[in-house]
Amino acid sequence: MQLKKTYINGIGCISTQKTFDTVFLEEAVHNHDENVLKIVPPIYKDFISPAAARRMAKGVKNGIVASAIAMKDANIENVDAIITGTGLGCIEDSEKFLKNILDNNEEFLTPTSFIQSTHNTVGAQIALLQQCKGYNFTYVNGAVSFESALIDAKMQIEEDEAQSVLVGGVDENGDYTTALFKLSGRIKPDNQQPYNLLDSDTSGAVYGEGASFFVLENERKKTTYAEILDVTILNTLEENEVEAETLSFLKANNLEISDIDALVLGFDGNVDFENYYRNLGENSFANTPQLYYKHLSGEYDTASAFALWMAAKVLKTQEIPEIIKVNSVEKLAYKTILLYNQLNGKNHSFTLISK
Amino acid sequence: MEALKEELKNKIITTLNLEDIAIEDIADNDPLFGDGLGLDSIDALELIVILDKDYGIKLVDPKEGKTIFQSIESMAAYISANRTK
Amino acid sequence: MNKGVAITGMGIISSIGNSVEENYISLIENKIGVTRIENISTVHANIIKVGEIKKTNDELVNELKLTEDNNFSRTAMIGTIAAKQAVENAGITSINEFRTGLISATSVGGMDMTEKHYYDYFTHPELVKYITCHDGGDVADKIAEELGLKGIVTTISTACSSAANAIMLGARLIKTGKLDRVIVGGTDGLAKFTINGFKTLMILSDDYNKPFDNNRKGLNLGEAAAYLVLESDEVVAKQNKKVLARVSGYGNANDAFHQTASSENGDGAYLAMKKAFEVSGLKPSQIDYINVHGTATPNNDLSEGRAIKRIYEDEKVPDFSSTKPFTGHTLAAAAAIEAVYSVLAIQNSVVYPNLNFETPMEEFDLKPQTSLKNKNIEHVLSNSFGFGGNCSTLIFSKCN
Repeated sequence: MQLKKTYINGIGCISTQKTFDTVFLEEAVHNHDENVLKIVPPIYKDFISPAAARRMAKGVKNGIVASAIAMKDANIENVDAIITGTGLGCIEDSEKFLKNILDNNEEFLTPTSFIQSTHNTVGAQIALLQQCKGYNFTYVNGAVSFESALIDAKMQIEEDEAQSVLVGGVDENGDYTTALFKLSGRIKPDNQQPYNLLDSDTSGAVYGEGASFFVLENERKKTTYAEILDVTILNTLEENEVEAETLSFLKANNLEISDIDALVLGFDGNVDFENYYRNLGENSFANTPQLYYKHLSGEYDTASAFALWMAAKVLKTQEIPEIIKVNSVEKLAYKTILLYNQLNGKNHSFTLISK
Repeated sequence: MEALKEELKNKIITTLNLEDIAIEDIADNDPLFGDGLGLDSIDALELIVILDKDYGIKLVDPKEGKTIFQSIESMAAYISANRTK
Repeated sequence: MNKGVAITGMGIISSIGNSVEENYISLIENKIGVTRIENISTVHANIIKVGEIKKTNDELVNELKLTEDNNFSRTAMIGTIAAKQAVENAGITSINEFRTGLISATSVGGMDMTEKHYYDYFTHPELVKYITCHDGGDVADKIAEELGLKGIVTTISTACSSAANAIMLGARLIKTGKLDRVIVGGTDGLAKFTINGFKTLMILSDDYNKPFDNNRKGLNLGEAAAYLVLESDEVVAKQNKKVLARVSGYGNANDAFHQTASSENGDGAYLAMKKAFEVSGLKPSQIDYINVHGTATPNNDLSEGRAIKRIYEDEKVPDFSSTKPFTGHTLAAAAAIEAVYSVLAIQNSVVYPNLNFETPMEEFDLKPQTSLKNKNIEHVLSNSFGFGGNCSTLIFSKCN
């Protein structure tokens, strides 16, 4: 049986930049000043009735809006499956419920924030709104949460279990968790401006939040951005294994380095782990256009979904905005893009898309 | 009793985040669930906590809420009769 | 009929035993694990009953021989114990010899540590190491590290159906040839967070849970971890492996009805079971035992019962029981421990009793099996449903 191909036919992105009613990052702001970035909120009322929104967490609302934009972009009304990735789920509600437990000595607690804190609440609420009774999975595995969802979605389409899949990555900042991440060194300390990502000499990352959703279908349409050729995840890789792993991933897809028109790297300014990216960029891919994005989106478990949104845009517009360029290498046409991401040396992912 | 009803309307609006509803929009006999204000089973659990926390009334079975939370009128009547604080 | 994916190893730790054998003995000797809570201090200690693993965190640290500076949550520790048992049971000595993955499931992750130290992190530098173990994915990362597994590692979190979905994904990864071998299952430790969460939903029973009883009052929470090893037929043949049973069917559907409650007619549950039958190629009448989700909440048992009635229409519903009176509801781990119990039912030709049952529900004529029953079992259907309308069904079949 010939495996069905997977196409990105619609995209929607709520991020720390204006990404929902703009063309392609023309209003983007290069962050140097903040160590935690907040989303630019859409007008929620245009998408969700206030009655429905009253109990929704920030992540739920962003997920719903991003998925609605993606569905509209793909020009479809419903999907066969909904697959979500999230690192921490609706962490604000988790914080709220936990704080109430501790502060009120386990009394007078209400269920709303507990319900929202369940990791699959975003995927579930989208299903509820769309009345989608199909397959509904949520992945929570650090930096590969989104790619796990993508692998699953691709498998659903390949095996003809679904013709269309809504797949997305969503995470939100919570104040207390942010403070804890600063304490543990995951987020860069306050007052260390400028927070530059490419020439950083400090540990930790600049954090962000966002929701990026994609409509995947088994056929090419007018709205098609790209075909997803392959996605793979690896729990553990040593710095010196990345290059060989990348090449074997390309080889498995019958591609060579010269076939790659752009390489999207997850630089997040953490000096302790940037060699994972630098080794690739300075060796095998030295003559390949390289892009980065976490100076715009911030680091978070599903930031790589923002990267896929960006790469899909590049293939469609055939343009690379200056603000995301790592080097000055250019190509006449952008046909195939490779994305590589990891977080703190764990949870590596490779994603390959083509026009 | 009137003051209690007003207090309840306020609490319901704030606790349940009914941001586009004003006190005047809720009549004393309007059904709170279903066709009236449109509250659901999760809201009922929130109302049970209001009874406990603010009026010292503990409900053990969520089904008891059905008659109590029919309207502001029935809620106020039940609270007046059973409150311990 | 579809041949299904081979199960070659199992591991489990629950309130009724620290190994597969201990769990089985408890199941056939009616030894229940639901008791008063000991390891967590909570104001509800005298009201609730829980299926608790009677080992302290220190005891678990010693058992796993973890170093002093470890930052394992309870969920990660019991998960590691069960996963190691499963790998050993499958006779795996070189974990990365074939393309091997780990698909884990959890709902609380490291919440037990977060809730214990939440306000102390800023004043106790020695506790800071526990901040990163909050993540759901930290559990799978730790298990992978303990097993030395480097490949595909991910975690599914769809509330109480999580482990069923982990098993489902694992089976699909084997079927599509993406992996040769995969360790699948779930783990959840007890936490104040979930105890209080379920309390606010008013679905915790103050008594022993009574699934499918007309006077059921709600569930007892529990903690557990269980993992299974699935292997491709090629690996099984190559290594001449003993196959314990097969995963022959699976289905996931969404009820799309309510954030926490199941629909009146169990739409999601019905669709999940229907899909599992389609995948397996089996007919409902071929099922010998249904291990129901049966949490003993008024809502679940009614909705699940109705969905089963819809599947069986005019046919006789097979013997069914919930094993949650033994273990409590172990949330994201539930489907994995019930998968182990399903395989044991096939291997030992038994239907477990649905304990605490007295009065049939007034809504339908479904009566669970209430005593241990010996009979040949070819196929077991196991249901698991979670918040967010997440409904999953697995079918396990004898390896003939």
